[in-house]
Amino acid sequence: MNIVVLVKLVPDTYSERKLSDTDHTLDRDSADAVLDEINERAVEEALQLKEAHGGEVTALCVGPDRAVDAVRKALQMGADKAVHVSDAALHGSDVITTAKVLAKAVGTIDGVDLVIAGNEASDGRAGAVPAILAELLGLPQLTHANKVTVEGDTITVERATDDGVLHLQATLPALVSVSEKINEPRYPSFKGIMAAKKKPITTLTVADLGLDPAGVGLSGAWTAVLEAAPKPPRTAGERVEDNGDGGTKIAEYLVGQKLI
Amino acid sequence: MSEVLVLVEHVDGEVKKATFELLSAARRLGEPAAVVVGAVGTASKVKDALARYGATKVYVAESDDAVNYLVTPKVDALATLAGRVSPAAVLISASLEGKEVAGRVAVRIDSGLLVDVVDVERSGDDVVGTQSIFGGGFVVKSKVSTGTPVITVRPGAVEAEAAEAVATEETVELPAVDPARATRITSREPAVAGDRPELTEASVVVSGGRGVGSAENFAVVERLADALGGAVGASRAAVDSGYYPHQFQVGQTGKTVSPQLYIALGISGAIQHRAGMQTAKTIVAVNKDAEAPIFEIADFGVVGDLFQVAPQLTEEVTKRRG
Ligand SMILES: Cc1cc2nc3c(=O)[nH]c(=O)nc-3n(C[C@H](O)[C@H](O)[C@H](O)COP(=O)(O)OP(=O)(O)OC[C@H]3O[C@@H](n4cnc5c(N)ncnc54)[C@H](O)[C@@H]3O)c2cc1C
Ligand SMILES: Cc1cc2nc3c(=O)[nH]c(=O)nc-3n(C[C@H](O)[C@H](O)[C@H](O)COP(=O)(O)OP(=O)(O)OC[C@H]3O[C@@H](n4cnc5c(N)ncnc54)[C@H](O)[C@@H]3O)c2cc1C
Repeated sequence: MNIVVLVKLVPDTYSERKLSDTDHTLDRDSADAVLDEINERAVEEALQLKEAHGGEVTALCVGPDRAVDAVRKALQMGADKAVHVSDAALHGSDVITTAKVLAKAVGTIDGVDLVIAGNEASDGRAGAVPAILAELLGLPQLTHANKVTVEGDTITVERATDDGVLHLQATLPALVSVSEKINEPRYPSFKGIMAAKKKPITTLTVADLGLDPAGVGLSGAWTAVLEAAPKPPRTAGERVEDNGDGGTKIAEYLVGQKLI
Repeated sequence: MSEVLVLVEHVDGEVKKATFELLSAARRLGEPAAVVVGAVGTASKVKDALARYGATKVYVAESDDAVNYLVTPKVDALATLAGRVSPAAVLISASLEGKEVAGRVAVRIDSGLLVDVVDVERSGDDVVGTQSIFGGGFVVKSKVSTGTPVITVRPGAVEAEAAEAVATEETVELPAVDPARATRITSREPAVAGDRPELTEASVVVSGGRGVGSAENFAVVERLADALGGAVGASRAAVDSGYYPHQFQVGQTGKTVSPQLYIALGISGAIQHRAGMQTAKTIVAVNKDAEAPIFEIADFGVVGDLFQVAPQLTEEVTKRRG
């Protein structure tokens, strides 16, 4: 089974995340960057399926040069090869453009049976790229998966949302997005880290994909940010020690605030 | 005035509150037209409720396929209508499914997508959405510059206001499903709705963290939530330790809540937890560690043992509510 797993480099949520003052895009230099946690689970799921069914795992990333770190982490975990679409023209791409570029890039990989993504990226949080990609590639979408099973060319998934659990079924080729609860990602072993150095990474530009650079990035986006401003941070209010009356003190505070 | 398409979320013939919020937001942009996709007979159950919140039209896309396939029937219905009526905007709830439907509709009708807005308004010819990003750290105003604005609206962000209207019904034919491109729903295990308000809709949320210590101890959190008529939330550490189910997780990878009152019990206040609750109007924290970062954003904090403080507070609230 040939699997493409979509990996994204995101600002570490432990560091401060900002928008750039000039064009309101994500200020990627102000924060440490990491492979998005949910994508580690997507890679893990791809590797488990490969271990069970054979085949090859290709990591695919659209992002600036430093995003190659996300790709490398996937290779260290055990992916076989990678495709990295990197082009200055992509700066400021919106959700639709990102999905279009990903769709073209998936198209450069032969015989894809399954595309696996995270259900939501921790920076943009659109939660829509996998669905849009399914639309563009004409694949069934089995998204927000807690559990994935493949038998022959039938894929079944447990989808967990607020409304409960849905049992989903479709025929390969298909697209899956995984939820935070699907598995525990493995750590790259020393051997994996060494092996990753020799694994091939294909770097592509927008033009390589047959797309017009003017149609992507900030200029090609179908949405525009009009203004952006940081919110003043919250400040600490009153703090008391509990001397056996902590609950009463809170109640008095809530009464004062007309909250009870 | 142009129509504004609103995708209706419904369970067992009941319209979800988020849909009333969308209809209220739609009234600022044009004429709200509700789109019902579901089993045969659904629209007749929900029509009156939709009209009460201002729907002047109810589009009805009903079939077995509409229930048996994931996401695509809703996309088909909205894309068909968008082509037919050239709406001023398409509004969809920013639920997990809503975000997916919106993305697919946008790309199919060649239009831009605004994700998870907390407010929407008309500005000249533009529809402008306000987004609250990075856990409320930034406020952004954006618009769609190409095509029909497709917008997902965060549940609970816009107030639902009733406005009686008379709704006319119109049928929408759904195209045949292509099984090679669609996903079949083979069975469902619906979530059991409890007596508490929904987490994202509640005006009071009481959350417990690792400090609660066990699943049994979460009763302390639940009792306080019930006394206040609120919902129960949990930190990821509490969820990962098996104290409380995952759907109640608050934070970056859980729910985003903006209640009037948020009470954090035994939660340290990690940045990823704060991302899901720091837009709450008032924050109260109980933690035995005076250095816990949650106190940096709490309006009122008590340094103490939650097992002493929370039951006492529950008692006080019950007494005062008498
Ligand atoms: C704060 C913020 C708000 C934004 N709001 C909007 C908006 O309202 N409308 C709009 O059109 N754009 C918006 N954008 C831009 C949008 O987030 C980016 O285009 C982004 O690249 C794609 O969306 P996402 O990361 O949110 O994807 P999601 O749909 O949340 O990502 C889900 C999964 O898709 C895969 N994936 C996503 N992007 C990539 C990638 N580049 N490479 C490989 N795999 C990937 C990953 O597996 C990921 O786990 C916003 C960006 C930011 C930072
Ligand atoms: C990518 C990513 C995404 C994440 N997403 C989320 C998310 O969505 N939501 C989330 O919550 N976290 C999330 N986290 C995890 C987050 O970093 C923290 O680990 C988590 O929030 C800690 O939960 P906690 O505060 O309950 O536990 P701890 O940090 O262990 O804090 C427990 C607190 O309880 C106090 N305590 C103990 N006993 C008592 C007592 N008897 N009375 C009073 N106080 C007591 C302690 O002093 C301590 O401060 C995420 C992390 C990552 C890396």
